[in-house]
Amino acid sequence: MVQGEKKMSEFKRPDGRKNDELRPIEAKVGIIPNADGSAMYRSGDTVAIAAVYGPKKMHPQHQQDPSKGKLRCTYNMLSFSVSDRIRPGLNRRSTEIGKITEWALDPVLDLSKFPNMVVDVHIHITQADAGTRCAGINAASMALAQAGLPMKDLVTSVAMGKLDRTIVVDLTKEEEDWEEGEGPTDIPLSMTKDGKITHLQLDGKISPSQLKEAIDLSRKACAEVYEIQKKALKEAIEKNE
Amino acid sequence: MSDKQRKVVVPGEVIFEGEEYLPGEGTEKKDNKIISLKYGLAEESNNLVKVIALSGVYEPRRGNVVIGTVELLTFNGWVINIGTAQNGFLSLVEVPRYVNKDGLEEVMDIKDMVVAKITSSNKRGIDLTIKGRGLGKIEEGIVFDVNSHKVPRIIGKEGSMIKLIKEETGCNITVGQNGKILVKGDKIENEILAREAIEFITEKSFVSGLTDEVAKWFKERKK
Repeated sequence: MVQGEKKMSEFKRPDGRKNDELRPIEAKVGIIPNADGSAMYRSGDTVAIAAVYGPKKMHPQHQQDPSKGKLRCTYNMLSFSVSDRIRPGLNRRSTEIGKITEWALDPVLDLSKFPNMVVDVHIHITQADAGTRCAGINAASMALAQAGLPMKDLVTSVAMGKLDRTIVVDLTKEEEDWEEGEGPTDIPLSMTKDGKITHLQLDGKISPSQLKEAIDLSRKACAEVYEIQKKALKEAIEKNE
Repeated sequence: MSDKQRKVVVPGEVIFEGEEYLPGEGTEKKDNKIISLKYGLAEESNNLVKVIALSGVYEPRRGNVVIGTVELLTFNGWVINIGTAQNGFLSLVEVPRYVNKDGLEEVMDIKDMVVAKITSSNKRGIDLTIKGRGLGKIEEGIVFDVNSHKVPRIIGKEGSMIKLIKEETGCNITVGQNGKILVKGDKIENEILAREAIEFITEKSFVSGLTDEVAKWFKERKK
């Protein structure tokens, strides 16, 4: 079958969403009473929780930076988060995503007033259906805000994708395994409210013009996610007022 | 609640727009816009805008009375843990009595608790003093933790809440801004009652007219 011949308008996503439609989103702040800041972010069947501890003294001591505080993120998929049990603990992928999350969040965070200290962000994926790193970044961004840390802006993240030749928003696992035509391309990216990109990854093949198209489409999706993050944060205070 | 205008803001949100506003704590000014740098309540008074965080770790400020534990003795003072990432330092000269430099432990030893006031807090550290009324080493009583953001509710408007608890229990109460509370009474039952009252306040901190609510709570307890 020549899938590539199909026109854009004829293209159908497996779950019937429009190309620029996000999965149903739910966000909640303050879910972990013991943490200094915490949040949950759900996009469809992907659920991420994030907990922030600190600023606290950096250990091991040789990693202390007397000029500013540091951000340290850990990403972890729980063993039951996918249908095939995954082995718990650190692996190459989780270490890498932890690092990526740090880089995505660091530009908005101002830790200059906390020398020799560290802010720990723990992200756990309780349920995975693609786009887990984006859900993790969204949750972590809200949790950092709740921890009362100085931030220039919130970070919003969304996974763009190219299925065969069509640009779509917020891939599911089923779409990530697309087999027809040119196959899937996965582009997770994060940006601030004014559209400054803090993180962009790309896995697959895409032309420069289509990448631009994908980024333009992501701005609209990120704006939607931002509103949900903002609402969740505001509700957390307002319900107690 | 008050005549001041208050609203919940998130980081990066524009709070006010216009030349006349000045950026205070937790805000910055950019292109004539006052932008929040924190998540919390924004307040405006005399065109000065500031954002107060309602969650997160305790932020030490000059003038705060805090309760801490001695962690280390140095040659010229005590290192005191006040629940912040950075430890506080109480210098010898900030003690209102003669201290023998070879016998610091005679005044305060490791694990002793102390009520102190913050004289300065900056990147280099937190300096403490125990010169002043109500400050000094804790000799007796119970100390317990609450959320440091609930401290203003425990004290109440012009100290109305804490006055009520003091009257009802007959205990002497010192509220540390870092969320540590010292209760000193003649009977342990009274101390426990005061502690329960304070825990009741932290649970119901969002109720309006809380002082009356606590008075009612005391009445029911005394039956």
